[in-house]
Amino acid sequence: MTAAFPHAQSVDGFVGGLIIGIAAAVMLLALGRIAGVSGLTARATGIATGGASRSVAIAFVLGLPLGSLLTAQIAGGTAVHYPPSPVLLIIAGLLVGFGTRLGSGCTSGHGVCGLSRLSRRSMFATMLFVASGFVTVAAMRLGGLL
Amino acid sequence: MKRAAIALLAGCLFGIGLTWSGMVDPQRVRGFLDILGKWDSTLAFVMAGAIVPMALAWVIQKRLRKPFADAHFSLPDTTKLDGRLAIGAILFGIGWGIGGLCPGPALSGLSLAPKGAGIFIAAMLAGMLLERALPRGN
Repeated sequence: MTAAFPHAQSVDGFVGGLIIGIAAAVMLLALGRIAGVSGLTARATGIATGGASRSVAIAFVLGLPLGSLLTAQIAGGTAVHYPPSPVLLIIAGLLVGFGTRLGSGCTSGHGVCGLSRLSRRSMFATMLFVASGFVTVAAMRLGGLL
Repeated sequence: MKRAAIALLAGCLFGIGLTWSGMVDPQRVRGFLDILGKWDSTLAFVMAGAIVPMALAWVIQKRLRKPFADAHFSLPDTTKLDGRLAIGAILFGIGWGIGGLCPGPALSGLSLAPKGAGIFIAAMLAGMLLERALPRGN
């Protein structure tokens, strides 16, 4: 089963990336914090204590779906294709939640904020999670799951 | 109150960026990881775009004594590469590959695909709780 992709959206991707970077820059320069979504989610839900004030974490996390909704409304809809299997979603979610806490960050904290800071830990983590993502999807393809 | 308003704005901008760039679509993210299939390079452009303002922000940050709207910077200062970091990143990468989802796009997706995103996020929170239950060694 090969997914039918539209062409890679290099311009929209880059512009969207700039907006993400500006949002992370606001968190850093105005609030003195890393815009790491896994960390802020743990803080917002009370899973983690300390660090950002809880109201800041909750507000940031609530902003995410709000921003998506706004963009989708203006663009007249956004196509999203989720894996249809709830089992896969649950396994993926468990691994992402466990892994991002153990590894102190995800694509936003290590990827966007850490790489731009030239943090050794973030470069190491990003290299590992991208490599492990490549291997996982390759294994799924070879195993006929895709 | 003011800080929460700034964080809401930043979160909203972040969600706009994720949606604009197509990263809210798990299929597109997995497309980036799918080197044996029809590779989709979009994610690389998103990362490149995001790093530009952030690299600039780090330069500015070095010249500031405190952030504009808070009393002090609270930034990670660990430099140690350890097993926790490595194993955590590898497990995260496996989950990222399976679902095509990481925390930011999943939370943003709550308003676009509430069912799929909701299931993923519930499991993600359970995973976070499981990690918290681990004994903290060394």
